[in-house]
Order: sequence, then C-alpha cells, then structure tokens
Amino acid sequence: MADVMVMNDIEATAASLGIDLARLDLDSIRLPHGETFGIPSDDEDIGHDVNSEMESGFGNIIVVDNLPVVPIEKFEKLENVIRKIYSQLGVIKEDGFWMPLEPETQKTMGYCFIEFNTPQEAELAREKTHGYKLDRSHIFAVSMFDDFDRFMKVPDQWAPPETKPYTPGENLQNWLTDLKGRDQFVIRAGNDTEVYWNDARQLKPDFVYKRQYWTESFVQWSPLGTYLATVHRQGAAVWGGATSEFKRLMRYAHPQVRLIDFSPGEKYLVTYSSHEASNPRDTNRVVIDIFDVRTGKVMRDFKGTPDDFAIGGTGGVSGVSWPVFKWGGGKDDKYFARMGKSAISVYETETFSLVDKKSIKVENVMDFSWSPTDSILALFVPELGGGNQPARVSLIQIPSKEELRQKNLFSVSDCKMYWQSNGEYLAVKVDRYTKTKKSTYTGFELFRIKERDIPIEVLELENKNDKIIAFAWEPKGHRFAIIHGDTPRPDISFYSMRTAHNTGRVSKLITLKGKQANALSWSPSGRFIILAGLKGLNGQLEFYNVDEQETMATTEHFMATDIEWDPTGRYVATAVTSVHEMENGYIIWTFNGKLLYRVLKDHFFQFLWRPRPASFLTPEQEEEIAKNLKKYSKRYELEDNDVEKQLSEQERAKRRELKEEWEKWVAEWKRLYEEEKMDRQRLRDGEASDEEEEYEAREVEVEEVVSTQEEVLSE
Amino acid sequence: MRPILMKGHERPLTFLKYNRDGDLLFSCAKDHTPNVWFADNGERLGTYRGHNGAVWCCDVSRDSSRLITGSADQSAKLWDVQSGQQVFTFNFDSPTRSVEFSVGDKLAVITTDPFMELTSAIHVKRIAGDPADQTAESILTLKVPQGRMKINRAVWGPLNSTIISAGEDAIIRIWDSETGKLLQENQKEEGHTKTITSLVKSPDGSHFLTGSLDKSAKLWDTRTLTLIKTYRTESPVNAVAMSPLLNHVVLGGGQDAINVTTTDHRAGKFEAKFYDKILQEEIGGVKGHFGPINALAFNPDGKSFSSGGEDGYIRLHHFDHDYFNIKI
Repeated sequence: MADVMVMNDIEATAASLGIDLARLDLDSIRLPHGETFGIPSDDEDIGHDVNSEMESGFGNIIVVDNLPVVPIEKFEKLENVIRKIYSQLGVIKEDGFWMPLEPETQKTMGYCFIEFNTPQEAELAREKTHGYKLDRSHIFAVSMFDDFDRFMKVPDQWAPPETKPYTPGENLQNWLTDLKGRDQFVIRAGNDTEVYWNDARQLKPDFVYKRQYWTESFVQWSPLGTYLATVHRQGAAVWGGATSEFKRLMRYAHPQVRLIDFSPGEKYLVTYSSHEASNPRDTNRVVIDIFDVRTGKVMRDFKGTPDDFAIGGTGGVSGVSWPVFKWGGGKDDKYFARMGKSAISVYETETFSLVDKKSIKVENVMDFSWSPTDSILALFVPELGGGNQPARVSLIQIPSKEELRQKNLFSVSDCKMYWQSNGEYLAVKVDRYTKTKKSTYTGFELFRIKERDIPIEVLELENKNDKIIAFAWEPKGHRFAIIHGDTPRPDISFYSMRTAHNTGRVSKLITLKGKQANALSWSPSGRFIILAGLKGLNGQLEFYNVDEQETMATTEHFMATDIEWDPTGRYVATAVTSVHEMENGYIIWTFNGKLLYRVLKDHFFQFLWRPRPASFLTPEQEEEIAKNLKKYSKRYELEDNDVEKQLSEQERAKRRELKEEWEKWVAEWKRLYEEEKMDRQRLRDGEASDEEEEYEAREVEVEEVVSTQEEVLSE
Repeated sequence: MRPILMKGHERPLTFLKYNRDGDLLFSCAKDHTPNVWFADNGERLGTYRGHNGAVWCCDVSRDSSRLITGSADQSAKLWDVQSGQQVFTFNFDSPTRSVEFSVGDKLAVITTDPFMELTSAIHVKRIAGDPADQTAESILTLKVPQGRMKINRAVWGPLNSTIISAGEDAIIRIWDSETGKLLQENQKEEGHTKTITSLVKSPDGSHFLTGSLDKSAKLWDTRTLTLIKTYRTESPVNAVAMSPLLNHVVLGGGQDAINVTTTDHRAGKFEAKFYDKILQEEIGGVKGHFGPINALAFNPDGKSFSSGGEDGYIRLHHFDHDYFNIKI
C-alpha cells in the first residue's frame, strides 16, 4: 500500500498536469476493465462480489442454437414460439430473452440467449429441450452459457495423453487371505463405525479398524466384499485395501446423495439424490448417477422428477422403490433396467444406452425382476379392462427381447416374484380374489427356467385360505420354505422341486405346526434355516436342519430385529438395532444354534458381514471335499484344540493375575485398617471392638410387669 | 429359598439398611413412613411416623439405638429405634437426599437437593449423646460445584477425615471433613458418564462401589480414588450392594418406569444381578420385582440380602447352600 496517494499528492500532481480538480467529475472516470494502474483496491470485498455475480449471473443463461434464420418481420413470431416453449420449463427473466440480429442483413443469426430466474431452471430447460425438434431441419442445440467458456478453452491441437508408468495396485481382496479363514463384519453404533474379524475360536470379535463419523447415514459392502461404501453430503466413497487400515480408494461426487446401489459384479455404483424444488409448486428433482467404481467416472446420469422414475412419494427416501435400476445378466453387469409408465427400459453397459434404442412397451406393467444369473426378465402385468384382459407374468430374454414364456392369470389382486439364487427356478406368489371378491387366497406358479420350454407348475396350499407370511428359496438349492397360517402360531412347510423318482414335480417335504415365526433365513450354503420370530415375536429362534428334518436348537435373542448369516454359512449373527431402546447389540451363533458371544452396544444401527466372491471350486470339487471331510477336518480339529488349550491357559493366567492384583489391594487395606485401629477406637470412645467375635455375649433376664389386676375370687 | 415378600409400603422403595447385628432391616420409601423389619423372617416390627414427604435415605447407629432419616419434606429426623419416637428434627430449606452416621456416631453427614434458588449442599451435624443436648447447627456446610445437580449420596471416608460424594454430575469427589476443602475428583476418562445413583462402602470402608445410569458399576479405592473394577450390565443401575462374605457384588436397576408399559416384562431387566467382584463376570440373577430395583442391601453376615423395588415390595432372600459353592 505504499502507492496510496495522499490528497495533497493528488492535488500536486493535478496542478503539475494543469488539471483543475474542482471541475473534474471523478465519478465519470472509468478505468479499463482489469486495469488498476497499480493502485490496489482497498475494498477487498468488491473483487469477490464481482466474481460471485459472474457465476450466478450467467449460470442461469442458456444458449439455444439451430434456430431458423428469419428476417426482422418474423422476429416477433419466432420470439413468441421460443418463449412459449421455454416458459413452460421455468420463469424467463424480464429482458431475459435476446436474439441478436445480423447488422447487415437484418436477419436473425440462428441463436438466442434466454435468462431464467434460477440456474436449476436453466439446467432443466437445457436438458429438456436439447435435441428438441422445431421442425425437420431445426433441431435445437442447447447449452449452458457458462459451458461456452469451457468449450472455447479446448485446444485446437490434439496433444497425445501422457502414458503413465503402470503401478501395480494393491490387493483389494487381501482380507480373503486370512490364515484362520475368518470373516469380517462392520458394525455401526453411535458415531462409530467399526470393522471386526469374527474370531469364533477366541469367542470374541477381533478388532480391525474403527473410525468416528465415517459415514453420514449408512455403510454398505459391495456385493463381492471388495469395497466398503460410505455416504456423505458431497457424495459417496469406497474404502478398502490390502492393509487393515481402510483407505479411501475412490470418491463419487454427488451432492446430497441419499441412496446407493452396487451392480452385482461391483463394476458400477448407482447413486440417488432428490432435491427440494426451489419453487414449491414444482415437483422435486431426482438425480441418479451411475459411476464406474474403479475409475470414478460418471458413466451416465438420469435426471427428472420422481414420477419419471416411478418412485412415487414426495421425493424423500420414503416411497422410493430402491433400487430404481435393477441389474441383470448376473455378475457381468451387462444390463440394467428400470420400469417406466407402461414400459421397461433396458440399458446395456457397453454404451450405456437403451438396448435397440428403445424401451420395451408393456402396457401397465406393475413389477419386474431379473434372473440373478441370466439376462432374463420376469414381469407382471395386472388385469386390465375390468377382467376382460387377464393378468399375466412373462419371461423376456434380453437382448433379443423375445418372450420365452407367458402365463395368463385370472382374478389376480397381486403378484410377487421370487427367483432362486442360481436362476433355476422362479416362484410367483399370486394372490387371487375369491368369487365374492371380498377376500383373497394365495397360490404359487413355479417356473423351471432351465428346462426345455420352461414348464410351469401350480402349487396350492392344502388349506387355501392360509395367509402367506414369508417365502424363501434355499440358496443354490431346490427347496423352499413357506410360513403360512395365522399369527402368532403359523405353520411352516418345506417343499422340494424334485421328487425321488420324477424330478419334474414339486413335492411337500414336511409341515411344522404352530411355530412362533415370522421370518425365514436360509444359510447361504443351504440345508440349514433359521425360523425366526423377529420384532413382535420377541426374537424366538429355531435352528432347523432341512436335510435331517430336525430342530438343532431352539433359543431366543430377546427383541432381535435382524438375522445375518456370514457368507460361508458357518456363523450367524442376530442383532437388536436401535429401533428398540434396550438390549441393543448382537449375538454370534454357530450354524447349529450354539451361542458363541454377545456384544452390547448402545445406539446400534447396522451389522453387515463382508461378502465373499463366489468360490472357484466347481460343484463337483465341493462335493468331493464334502465327501472327504474327515480327512480335512482333522487338521482343523488339531488347530482348534491348540487354540482352546492356549485360550484356557490364557484365561487361567488372566484370572490368576486378577486374583493376585486383588489380593494386593486387600492386603494393603488390611494393613491400613490395622494402622487406623487405635484412631477408630478413640472415635468410638474407647470401644475396642471392630469385630463381631469381640462382642461379649451376656444373658440378661429382664422382668417386666405387663399389667397388674386384682380380681376377687368368689368363695 | 423362596424369597420373603414384605408388603409394608404403598409407594416405591428408596433405601434399605441393615443394622450392624443384622437382625433388623430398615426400609425407606416414597410413602412417608420408614419401617423396621425382623431381618430373619420379614415380620414388621414397627414404623417411624412423622415425616411428611418421601423418605430418601436412612442410617442406623452402631448400637442400633438411633435412626436418622432424610426426607423430601426438607428435614432429617433422629429417631429412637426402640420406641419409634422422634428425638430431633434438623430442618433445611430443601429436600434432604442422603444421610449417614460417622464412625463413633458422633457426627452425621446430610446432603440437600437444589431447590428454588438453593444449590445442593453437604452438611455435617454433631450428634449429641444425650438428646437433650442436641442442636441443629451445622459444623460444616459444603457448597459443591455444579450446584444445580443433585448429590445422590455422601458418605464418610476412613476415620471420618474425608467425605465422599457422588451424584448427577457423575463425578466422585472427596472432601476434607474438617476444612471442607475439595481434595480429589475422579479421573474423567475412567469415571461414570451418567448420573451416579448409588454408592455403598465395604464393611471396613476401604473401598466402595458406585452404580450409575450409564449401565455400569465401578469399584474404587476409598483413600486414593483409584478405579479398581468396572461391572457392565444391560440396564441403568439404580442400586448396588457388596457381599461382606464372598467376593460378590450385586447390581439392581432396570428400565425407566416410564417405558415399562411399552415393552414386554422381560425387557425391563428388573433383575438383581450378581457379579464376581474380582473377575467382573456375571454369575447370575435374581428375578422377581415387577419394576426397577431401587434399593439393595446385604445382611452383614452375608447370608441373606434384600431388594426394594419401584413396585413397593421388599424381597428378602436367604441364600441356598448352593450359593456358597458357586465356582466360576
């Protein structure tokens, strides 16, 4: 600020230049933009203000190109047409429309500028009208004014990108190499998110990593367990790595992200947000981005109103049928699809565009789902025309869009589809009206996808009026379980898609009568199932072996709200989350219902096992191992014994230590107590005794005259 | 053995105290009348009528001749144990929460709650041998920091040289009983995180146990205020007790009465839980109360204990033989 001129200096300079200061209108002097003549402004704020004005000032301007070139006579007409189009999408500012004229020809130049009230409106208008066909030869090209700058900066010469030397990434699946073959899980309680090993041998969780405020709403593992995703105001992030420290691997910018979803092969991440509209009359805006997980690049984004995504509700998380995009084609992440009004849009991930460039038209489609392994879509269309056109379920092959199978259904009130995890079977639960239309009853349509012509079988319960409470396929298996009947003591039935002689028929295995259960949870390796009475039923748990048809254990995790099997099916966790105030925490059980350990945590929100990728072993190899289990198990039994010995040794040592420590305290207390004996006596006026034994027992006879009464006896 | 159910109070229990010989049990409740019971068979021996508010605490002199009670009627009263007569009344301007006789029974420490503009305070009174000489004046009045928070318990340290206090601010403090100087506060990191509801001394006064709404109880050395043990449980702790015979501690408590009706009766955790004092492991529990446990006391012989609940009952438990052979 050495250059600051004092008024005297200015006057002196003016005099030497022959300028009469009094006549000079200082305000009329305009310096060229950006020129300060070396005089720094003493008002710091001004500079900033200008900047922010620039940003907000042009953020709401769009440039519409490819307009017809018209002479001045038709100018007004064109303006009206354009104004009509754009005033539907937002409020155009006063004087917010400018279409320049070529000075010589007095014709328009084929583009115009439109200024909206808010950048959001501008953005919406750009999206909606980019590619708008005014007529055949005039297709709008709309861009944000601010983008022009960016595009202008693109150098004309193409410079080849620098090839960076290859640096090997770390092994993101390092956790799978745990020597003890343990599984990891993440828990969220209070503000802490913690990752542990499930150390069943030591009967305790083994700490891996902890972080406060790791996420702002929830955490989620990717489907193969490689990443742990966290959600923040600015977007989502994934964590993982070779060390036990979870490192941030990638960030995905998406302001106000609410929901996330991985593709099954964890190649892509879908994020969802919904923004309050600036104008209360407008609906909320939904933004869905699809990221490539490894590069963090946005592969495609979708914007629109909640209705566009058939997610109803008022734009909040509630009412969203998440995920909006369902992934198909198994672990290859080849296709994803969403349901629109009377159409299903299937996209493929090579180009991130619609398969065959158009959606599949399905009048009034209600629900759809992918086969977990193949690119087959199952969809449900309800009855139309008051029952004239029956409801139907159909299977569609992608990308051929060929209908593989279709089944018409009558007087249907609702349908639900359940795929078996290998995509071999599809069960459709059909609720039908009774003749009076006053109540419904339930049946099942069972599709055998892998067999020729996809045969369909109808399964009805013995008591047709039984309500269905839960349905679950055995993972990778051919059996399923149904809870049916009336609460609180419904029946549970097991069915198999195979019978001993004829593989093509469904058969009932067994019905368990009167079980306190409302949820079914199969072990991921099949065979074992937990029949659980969650929430209202106080957490009754029955561990059931379906092969042997016997109950292995009946126990209870009081108030349990969730059941989570570990990915190997060896252990299972039950949790009480913070929907209840009391008893928050989790219990780890063995597959056969033995309690291993219990952890209490206040404000417990989430328990998630880290998933594992599919095994490389073929089913034959797995069977081979199962056959020779004794041979393999010997080694592990030895290890188990060692650990147990060590553990009991440790436990003993710990107890001994505690005892010794305690005895030290007690000895110290005794010493001090003796030391203070005389003082205590003094305080008690010389009464010597501290101990009971020093009491002098004396028997004292006390005679008390209760009452005296004189009575004259008759003679 | 089946517990003996002692029905004598009409309102929730607040405090239980055995006399030194272990033949009498004194009980305080939110009804206005403390009771005395035979500790053996649970028969009621008598009542102490005179208070006009909930009675929060009591203590009995070593020779079982005097009883002191503290009540929400803003007074502490001295009673003749045998006759049930009031001997003297200390009047305060706010409810009294906790009372205790010193070694030698010549002093008593009384705490008062914050009330109107008054902050919580600890008072030391001289107890005269002859009731005729008894005066109401305080030898010492301690004003505590965080005066808007209640002090739930104040007891004498070894040789009456210190006073230990604990309460809603979850901090345990040791005061000099002569000068009233604050000598020590417990380490913040290892202390309780919520209101300390109860405090009980070992028979020789060498260590004490505190129970807190943070769902834990902690064992401290009286002289150095060193944390020795922590016992964790599943519900807020309202009452604690230590066995004089075995290395056991008992924790009682349960869900807030407010929430009881909204959940299953088993959810409340209205159990008295036994822990191994040294290993800090749970041994077992005694169920029975139909509401949170507010008071616990061990018979000085260690062969029975009693619990008082929000349900207004006292349950007197004589231990079975098995109890004395518990191995963990």
